[in-house]
Amino acid sequence: MAPVLELRGITKRFPGVLANDHINLTIEKGEIHALLGENGAGKTTLMNILYGLYNPDEGEIFVNGEKLNVSSPIDAIKAGVGMIHQHFMLVPVFTVTDNVMLGEEYVKAGGVLDRVKAANKIREISNIYKLDINPDAYISDIPVGMQQRVEIIKLLFREANIIIMDEPTAVLTPQEVEELFKIMHTMVEQGKSIIFITHKLGEVMDIADRITVIRSGKVVGSTTPAESSLNDLASMMVGREVSLEVEKTEAKPGEVIFSIQDLKVLDPLGAVAVDDMSFQVHAGEVLGIAGVQGNGQTELVRAITGLEHAIEGEVRFLGKNITKLSPRKITEIGSAHIPEDRQKDGLVLSFPISDNLVLNTYYLAPNAKAFWMDYKQILDNGKNLVENFDIRTPSPMIPVSNLSGGNQQKVIVAREFSRPIKFLVASQPTRGLDVGSIEYIHKQLIQKRDEGCAILLVSTELDEVMQLSDRIAVVYRGKVLDILDAKSASKELVGLLMAGIIPSEEEKKKMVSKKKQILMT
Amino acid sequence: MENNNEKKHNSLSVFWDEFSRSNILVIILAIFTGIILGGVLVAFTTNEVYDAFRVSLWSGIEAALKTAWNTYVSLFNGSVGNPEKIRLAFESGNDLAIRRAINPFFESLVQSTPYIFGGLAVALGFRAGLFNIGVEGQIFIGAVTGVWAGYAITGLPAIIHIPLAMLFGALGGGIWGFVPGFLKAKTGAHEVIVTIMMNYIAFRLVDWLLKFPMYDPNEVTPKTPWILETAKLPRLFENPVRFHIGFFIAILMAVLVYLLLFKTTLGFELRMVGSNPNAAKYAGVKITKITILAMVLSGALAGMAGANEILGVNYRLLPAFSSGYGFDSIALALLGKTHPLGVILSSLLFGFLRNGARSMQLAVGVPVDIVSILQALILAFIAAPAIIRTIYRLKEPKHEETLVTLRSWKG
Repeated sequence: MAPVLELRGITKRFPGVLANDHINLTIEKGEIHALLGENGAGKTTLMNILYGLYNPDEGEIFVNGEKLNVSSPIDAIKAGVGMIHQHFMLVPVFTVTDNVMLGEEYVKAGGVLDRVKAANKIREISNIYKLDINPDAYISDIPVGMQQRVEIIKLLFREANIIIMDEPTAVLTPQEVEELFKIMHTMVEQGKSIIFITHKLGEVMDIADRITVIRSGKVVGSTTPAESSLNDLASMMVGREVSLEVEKTEAKPGEVIFSIQDLKVLDPLGAVAVDDMSFQVHAGEVLGIAGVQGNGQTELVRAITGLEHAIEGEVRFLGKNITKLSPRKITEIGSAHIPEDRQKDGLVLSFPISDNLVLNTYYLAPNAKAFWMDYKQILDNGKNLVENFDIRTPSPMIPVSNLSGGNQQKVIVAREFSRPIKFLVASQPTRGLDVGSIEYIHKQLIQKRDEGCAILLVSTELDEVMQLSDRIAVVYRGKVLDILDAKSASKELVGLLMAGIIPSEEEKKKMVSKKKQILMT
Repeated sequence: MENNNEKKHNSLSVFWDEFSRSNILVIILAIFTGIILGGVLVAFTTNEVYDAFRVSLWSGIEAALKTAWNTYVSLFNGSVGNPEKIRLAFESGNDLAIRRAINPFFESLVQSTPYIFGGLAVALGFRAGLFNIGVEGQIFIGAVTGVWAGYAITGLPAIIHIPLAMLFGALGGGIWGFVPGFLKAKTGAHEVIVTIMMNYIAFRLVDWLLKFPMYDPNEVTPKTPWILETAKLPRLFENPVRFHIGFFIAILMAVLVYLLLFKTTLGFELRMVGSNPNAAKYAGVKITKITILAMVLSGALAGMAGANEILGVNYRLLPAFSSGYGFDSIALALLGKTHPLGVILSSLLFGFLRNGARSMQLAVGVPVDIVSILQALILAFIAAPAIIRTIYRLKEPKHEETLVTLRSWKG
């Protein structure tokens, strides 16, 4: 039997770039096929060609053995190809039913929408695939994970058989990822085929049946999770040996640089998000904050960087009480902040790279004299930092919006690390980045630690916290449940605490000894 | 040799490539297309053209072309001057004749001056992420405070009185800008709504002031007294040329706004708040301070537009003295890409079109409204560059620069 989908020799050129270079790809019925590659490798271009958003310069597409000419998404949908974009295409003020119907409306006589019929079909689909969707809910009222399931229903409603998912896990919490994977398994059991685009290696190993790796627009290899390892995939993806393990020496913690005591912070809606939290960070150590997203991490970081103010408790930095200080004052004392959303808080996207590199020091000498900016100096500084921090750009004068996510993050790292700092808050420092950039950022963080900087790492990626931290504070519903020594903390223990379960001392010991055993073998 | 030629050809084609992606070319072509369509419109609204079409197709086309041509010739004569008249005037050596011949050009500059102030006001607000719809109201308030300083403060030499009266204008507009700025910064009230409301307050307040406290008892209709000689902006020529130094003050303000926005730390903060207020907060900028300051400065520039009209042209304040300068300013600030130099250029375009329109009506009987349509067409094409790029098969810009980023209603 012919494969469900076959791409032969797909080539796409953009001015100056060969985005896809004779790519061959075969998808069988009922498989989850992972398309793995770094940002900019050409995965999304390839899928946009398949979905009819771009026309290929060369190559052919076959669906069930028949040649397919796609010139628009309508053709693709007709052929049973559906795509779930990274950013959802939903109307927030519409109900689930209306969103699903949009573009394929059920109508009664007289042009009246038949919402009941559509809602029933949605319920039916929801039951078959265990999606647990209420057709009458408004999109703006349901969580991101459920919105994604609405996107899935949209495709199933249109009877798509080949489903492209572009980085579907980027916006999900770990639990939501697990749920999504269950749904994906149900879908392939029902005979659908899934193309899963990602750069997250762990997920590929967990869920994929087959893996195709793309680098610089070319297919560089095809494999299965059983035949390969994380390190193999990483090397294939990046094109050189990469170490996923962070190399670091024992921390040499010094005096306490930063501490919070009984801190209480409210979220924007006025609910208590950080509840009597206390911890200390020493010079030369990384304190990792582990926790599922939404357990007070965002509010904690905003409170200690001065963006919001705590309602109770105290934040101390280098012996000073900084609880009520402004972000500028805190920055001037020697604190740095890598914000969790780099595009929202960390960068002015329309500004040149060089301006973004002085975003919080623009008013100080040598960047400014009195109230005059010295743009020549700022540009020179930009050139230096672009070189020293390996920011990939033709010039520091182009807008930072033109950079890839990894390079944007490097701009922030370069800015924060190029001034004398004693304390760093790194919030989700590698979210959405490719393997090469993650490796780079991790190295920089450890290097800063070894220079004697105190680092507070906030991440929802458990692996990242485990690898980088010297001590791990697990937060749950705004409270620190426990602070563990990273050497003896097992993933299992941290995972339990993240779920809000505090194990007894005996259970703890068991888990610690288990970890030791693993280390010995 | 051949190689050399090829190089030359390449550099030329590279230049063309860059140019065809640029916004400047789009603006030029938008103006050009607007003029062509405007000509078609003029032809369509002229009875003679229809009569000619009844005779034959060719005579119809000829009449249409002739009408459009005549319209634009009189537009040119009215806004720049009639070249033939200018030549004759200079040959005759008669001073009055020369002044009359060159008057259209300088009158256009007079018309452009309030546009420059108003356009700068809008542009400055835009750069800080604020949509100042209230320029018209701020112009009225600036005119009131300016005229008051012009007739009520006495005994000053011109060198002090003129700057003082301008300053009063700026102050009045600044206060009118402060209110929406303050409300936005402290309560989140959206500046678009507040400035629109402030416009109405300004219009009615000025009506009341003219009727009662500032009423000139020697007049039947509500008018303020004439301003003193010492407050009048000096004119550079004798009658009938009204060209006064207000134009140079406007240019000076454009230079100052440019320096402020692109050379000072305050300008950096302003643009940061305008482009990404979250990042500005992260970088330690006080958003409330910048928002209020930007609205005050924007209002002050608008107020100067009002004072400029009083001190340089009208010499007294009458009801409904501004014919929508403030609203046109919004359009031309966008046309000028919210850059001071762009604002000057688009203000000149608007000023010349407005001035030429009057003589166009006199000479060929084409209504002034045609110029409004022409302006609207040009703006529509610039606002939708895709149309121009499609018509002339231009290349897409390499990266779309977002010069104006406005915050959402919730922002």
